[in-house]
Parts: sequence; C-alpha cells; structure tokens
Amino acid sequence: MGLVLGALNLGLILSFLGFGVYLSFKVINFPDLTADGSFTLGAAVTALFLVSGYSPVTACVAGMGSGLLAGLATGLLHVRAKIKPLLAGILVMTGLYTVNLRVMGRSNISLLQEKTFYTFGEPVLQLPGGMPHFRIWGMEFLRPELYAFLLNAALVLVVGFLLYGFLKTELGLALRATGDNPVMIRSLGAHLGKMKILALMLSNGMIAFSGSLLAQYQGFSDVQMGFGMIVFGFAIVVVGEALAGKGGTGPAILGLVAGSLLFRLLAALALRCGLHPYDLKLATAAFLLMALLYSKFLASALGKRRKARLDP
Amino acid sequence: MILEIENLTRIFHPGTPGQITALRSFSLQVKEGDFITLVGPNGSGKTTLLSCIAGSLSCHRGRILLRGKAMHGLAEHERARWISRVFQNPGLGTAPGLTVAENLVLAALRKKRRGLSRGLNRSRLQHFHGALASLQMGLEDRLHAPVGTLSGGQRQALSLLMATIEKPDILLLDEHTASLDPVSAEQIIALSCEMIEKEKLTVLWVTHSLDQAVRLGNRTLVLVQGEAIQEFREDAKAALTVERLKSFIGRP
Repeated sequence: MGLVLGALNLGLILSFLGFGVYLSFKVINFPDLTADGSFTLGAAVTALFLVSGYSPVTACVAGMGSGLLAGLATGLLHVRAKIKPLLAGILVMTGLYTVNLRVMGRSNISLLQEKTFYTFGEPVLQLPGGMPHFRIWGMEFLRPELYAFLLNAALVLVVGFLLYGFLKTELGLALRATGDNPVMIRSLGAHLGKMKILALMLSNGMIAFSGSLLAQYQGFSDVQMGFGMIVFGFAIVVVGEALAGKGGTGPAILGLVAGSLLFRLLAALALRCGLHPYDLKLATAAFLLMALLYSKFLASALGKRRKARLDP
Repeated sequence: MILEIENLTRIFHPGTPGQITALRSFSLQVKEGDFITLVGPNGSGKTTLLSCIAGSLSCHRGRILLRGKAMHGLAEHERARWISRVFQNPGLGTAPGLTVAENLVLAALRKKRRGLSRGLNRSRLQHFHGALASLQMGLEDRLHAPVGTLSGGQRQALSLLMATIEKPDILLLDEHTASLDPVSAEQIIALSCEMIEKEKLTVLWVTHSLDQAVRLGNRTLVLVQGEAIQEFREDAKAALTVERLKSFIGRP
C-alpha cells in the first residue's frame, strides 16, 4: 500500500504542474516550454532557503516567487521583444539551467537533514501509537507518507478551488477570453500583452511550487529534476481533458488532478511490474501519445454520433 | 462634432511594387447622433477606415479626434472605452469557449478595470437576461451555453448587444450582416436599427448592399479607391435611389 500512497503523493504534488501548464497551454493558448526550467528553479530556490535555515513555508513561497519571475521573463520576451511563444520558452528554459546550478552551487542538494514542509509540522499531528507504521482498515501505512498525503490533498483542494474561483473573476474571464478570442478581448479594452504576462507568471509560479514541493517530498533537489516535466504537464492536461470532457472550468480542474493521479498510479504500477526506471520517460511520451490519439478518436466519435442524431 | 477625421492616409506595403493606398487623405465630420452608411466596391477602404478608427490599424498620416481628444496615438484597447465594433465574421466578435453570460460580462466591463470580484453576479445575470430577451432571439434561455453552440445569426445578435451594452460614443458596424443568410440578415438589420434608435447611437455602418445604404441612416458616403467621392445628406439622401448610387460606384 505504501507504493500507492507514494504514487498518490507524487500525483497530488504534480497536480500543481498540471494547473500551471493548463493556465498557459489551455487558458491563454500559449505553448510555454519554460516549465522544465521553472520546475527545477522552484526546487533549487526552496533547497537554498531550507539549507540557509529559513522555515519551510518561507522556502515554498520563495520557490513559487522564483517561478513568477521565470514566467515574467518568458512573458516579456514574447510581448516586448515579440519572440514566438515556443522560442521565448526555450530561451528562458535554457538560461534557467545555469541559474539553477548557480542557485544551488552544485548539481544537487540533499534536504534529508532539513526540516521540510512535510516534516516540520509532524509533531502537531501525533498519530496513535507513535509508531512509524500504523494500520487503517487492515492496511499498513508509513506515517510520514500519510501525513504528506493529508497535507498534499489539502493543498490541492485549496489551490484548485482558488484557481477555479480566479477563472470566474472578471480578470479570470479576460484571461480565458485572451486564449479563446484575442481579437475580441482586445476590442473590448484588454491589453493582450499584460494578460499573457499575468497568466505566464501564475503558470510558472504554480509549476515552481510543484517543484518546490517535490524537492521537499523526495528529500533532495537536483538540477536535472525538471527534465521532461513539460511533456508530463502536457500529458496531465490532455488526459485531464479526456477525462473531464468539455464541461467547463470546474470539471477541467478536477480532470487535471485526476489525470495526474492516474498517470502516477500507472507509472508506479509499470515500475512494480518490472519497467526499468530508464524507460519511464519513453513510457511517459507513449502515454501522452495514447492520450492524444484517444481524445482525437473520442472527439471524432462524438462528432459522428452527433451528426447521426441530427440526420437520421 | 463627436468624431473628426482629418486627412487620414493609410498605405499597405509601402515602398514595394504592391503598394496600395487604402485611404487617401480621407476626411469626415460626424455629428452626435449621425447614422452614416458607407458603401463602395471591394478594396475601396471601408474596412480599413473602420480599423483605423478602432485602432487595430495605424494610419500613416492624419488625425482622428473623438470629442476633441486625439485617438490616433492610442492603442486599440485604450480606444475601446469609447469605440465599439461589430465584425463581419460572427466568430471574431465573440469568444466561443465562454458562455453567453461570460461574453456579456467582458463587454459590460469595457470601460472599467477588470478586478478580482466575481464576474457573474445575480444583478448582472438579471440585467443580461432582460437585455437578451429584448433581442427576441431566444438567447435569454441560453445564458450559460457556450457561445460556440449558437448559430451565426445568434452570435451576431450577441455581438451587437455586446457592442452596445455599455453605450459607446461611436458604434462601428463592419458589414455585420454580410455572412448571414438573408432571413437572419434582415433580423439583425432590424435589431441594429432598433438599438440605434433607442440608444441614439452615433454609427458608421459599412455595407456592400446598396439597398441597405439607401434605406438606412441619415447620411450615405460613397468610398472609391480610398477617397470619399460623394456624400448624400438631407434632401439628397431622401431622394437617393439604388440606381443613382450604382452610377457612382461604377458597377453595372
């Protein structure tokens, strides 16, 4: 059961990556590749703050803040210097590799000795027995894993709800319209550049937060840990969409969480069944391809059914 | 004068063999409450003129003053406070992935800052319900339907409502019935006239239809090759016929 809980924890942490990619890729229709860099940036900055003795909450906030700045960089490159979205993202992502190395001072930092987000509150939640293991419904759990799960679930719930609420505000609606019909929203008085920069900042802030949490959860920050994250983020968005359908913002956000959880569970299962960890990235790419084909197939099947209903 | 356009010139592809002067020292004075129909053949500069006024195109020379305030230096989104526009293509004026009500919220916020308060509140919904019901297109029951599911005519009616829900100083209608079937087009024309009448709007109405140009508005302007070659107002406008208009446009 420990394996499942571990996978769920990873899935919840990476839901924030999903939220971030959703904001850029879906909401404002901007294929932003900054993610690989900003994910690691969040982890690196958090690690730096933790080893410098700051509290885990400060470290998390700093990690997220660094992501906002990364998003600002990509946004300015696109809006001010008029660089195409893909190129702007790649530029910042590449530059961030060096920034991440410089921030950490070496290629990885262990956080096992530090109080992290997942360990510093533990005494508060004294679970029965004080044992490292305990049982619920006859299943055995590691206490820190369960504690992390509760924290992660609460965080995802709160942030997911905030994101949902934000996308329903006046500003949120303008952001969605920016992706949906830029010509219209400009003619209604919105500055497209500002909208895009704002969305990219929020997006990369979320992604960096995801990296920050992952570093603390796994107990180290590594300069390579963001590698391939954008593909995984796309996978979450595509699977989320396939799961949620076109039901609007609420289902879309739920779909992101479900997609992230589903993917981590599948990955855990595949590893359990003997998939070599080397092969995980290829499996991720294959999974993304399957999800894309599936949603295409589903769309055309639905289209046919609708057509059949219209002209019998 | 609500709108003064002086010597407006817009050149496409300047300095190349394909250089086209879409507007040539175009001047126009518009009084408050004027309803001007603009006709002319393809490429005569009608849409370019509207784009220059709205700010989606910049002009090379000339001035645009709205109530004495210079517009030509402002970006399109800054002019949106005063100027609203309905596009020819129903797809351009509405966001398909947002609901009818959400589109209307964005339009209602044309003159305001978009903040972090809830977009759709009860009073707005009620207001939109009433406004949509007055269109008589059955849209009031579809407040929460994505705009992408509406017909072209319904989307154009919604665009029209979005352009006027906050009264603009100038309403620009860019052949907004051209892509509709004849029945929907008539419906939208009637709706437009009703709104213009009710709100006493100042309107520039671009059209390809000579019939519309003759029968609508209090002034008619004929545009050929970027120049206003003829204007009809008052008695001349009242006596205007499609045949007479045809002779100016030079089409058989």
